Amino acid sequence: MPQETLLKVSMIDVFHSSLQVLWNVSLTIKAGEIVALIGTNSSGKSTLLDTISNLIHPIKGSIDFEGKSITTLEPYETVDLGISQVPEGRGIFPDMTVLDNLIIGSYNRKARPKREQNLQMVYDLFPRLGERRSQLGNTLSGGEQQMLAIGRGLMSAPKLMLLDEMSLGLSPLVVNYLYEALREIKERGITIFFVEQNVRRSLAEAETAYILERGRVVLSGPVAELREEEEVRKAYFGV
Amino acid sequence: MTDLADLFTPIVMGILLGGLYALIALGLSLVFGVMKLINVAHGDLVLFGSYFGYAAMTLLGVDPILSLVMSIPILFAIGFFIQKYLMRRAFGISMEAPLLIAFGISLILQNVQQITWSPMARGLTTPYALESFSIGPFRFPLSYLLDFIAALVVTLSLREFLRRTYLGKAINAASQDKRTALLMGINTGRVYAFAFAIAMATAAISGVFLGLTFPFTPTSGISFLILAFGVVIIGGLGSMLGTFIGGMILGLAQTLGGYFASATAQMLILYVIVLVVLAVKPQGLFGRKERA
Repeated sequence: MPQETLLKVSMIDVFHSSLQVLWNVSLTIKAGEIVALIGTNSSGKSTLLDTISNLIHPIKGSIDFEGKSITTLEPYETVDLGISQVPEGRGIFPDMTVLDNLIIGSYNRKARPKREQNLQMVYDLFPRLGERRSQLGNTLSGGEQQMLAIGRGLMSAPKLMLLDEMSLGLSPLVVNYLYEALREIKERGITIFFVEQNVRRSLAEAETAYILERGRVVLSGPVAELREEEEVRKAYFGV
Repeated sequence: MTDLADLFTPIVMGILLGGLYALIALGLSLVFGVMKLINVAHGDLVLFGSYFGYAAMTLLGVDPILSLVMSIPILFAIGFFIQKYLMRRAFGISMEAPLLIAFGISLILQNVQQITWSPMARGLTTPYALESFSIGPFRFPLSYLLDFIAALVVTLSLREFLRRTYLGKAINAASQDKRTALLMGINTGRVYAFAFAIAMATAAISGVFLGLTFPFTPTSGISFLILAFGVVIIGGLGSMLGTFIGGMILGLAQTLGGYFASATAQMLILYVIVLVVLAVKPQGLFGRKERA
């Protein structure tokens, strides 16, 4: 069953003010996949996600979503098209309740009519959020905030979900729980592109991976192949 | 000790007057809470509302409160365009640029109004503006009561709007975390424009009620701007209910200060209270703590 290309990033150069952060980066994400972006802190991972979300625009190159160019769109137009980012640090609105955080997730026009059913789906996925729905965002634990951030991302009825460092600061038990939720989300037909510092975890959860080093894609491909790669084993597993 | 009955008048006057102060301050509070912009033109925009009501009354024979039906949409639209096409570009230039533009708007308004209406004091002297009402043996100006009712209605309406509607929640979200708001699919540019427009609409309303209560000149805007600052500092930037209570506190400070001390000490006592709140709880009684 041939998979359709959902997102295609072609040879983008991205700058932060006058500093170049990404060089000639290309990647392809097929519908229904789970794809990992692996790299250290200064590799430019977050910048890449922000460029896909159109918070920044590339100086060179293009980005296509479902066959159409999205390179010069505004961030809110990108969300309208079905790309949702769960930002690094979660980005929970601290002075809004859990429920309001979720509701604001369905702000875009296409998501509004689906609000109640998406809300139910989020509560099914994360019962804890249902229990805490009237609590303020800043009273939640780190793990609960991450659940809220993911749930909020789902409320926008996305086709592609971008997750930036989901496991940062969380215990392995919570991280396991979250990745299980991601698998369930994939089962519902949502494509997932996640950034993860933990290489072992990334290769365990993803089908395809891209390795970013100092703003360049140095390795990419199906995870099974990557695991065999000499360089990967040397660099990340010390074998 | 002072006879409690003697205190009744300044207390009631303070609360009612506080309503007018709160009404004026609401727009300032909203704009600062959402965009972190201190709109130094706010006082003059309120005066614009007063003069609009005056024009309606003297040139068209329309009651000033009724004329709000015209002025609210007009000022709403003006506010929308000021933010979208003027302020937004200014924010892109520097943090100070919007402040300068607001200052410029303030100067233009003051001078245009001086030319159009002369520096002579005006008032919205409708028949009911000079009436009084009684509570027991005490009489109070009816305009003060109208101010209070208007303040209550506008405060609660704004509060419910911000809490319950998508646009209101979006305004809230954008003011807490702009970047994440963008990731939610919120068009922050449009949201800011709406917030500014709403603030202008409240300026129109408060202008009319100000005119019903006090005589005004083209330069009155500044004194009311300073009062509005005080209200917002006490009540907390961005909190509608906080602004309302801040207005009460300031009104009471003024009237009780005038009762216990003297008329000239009124304003001094008011500003001392503002300073105390700034020192003890800088985010205001109901404000959000700014996150680093």
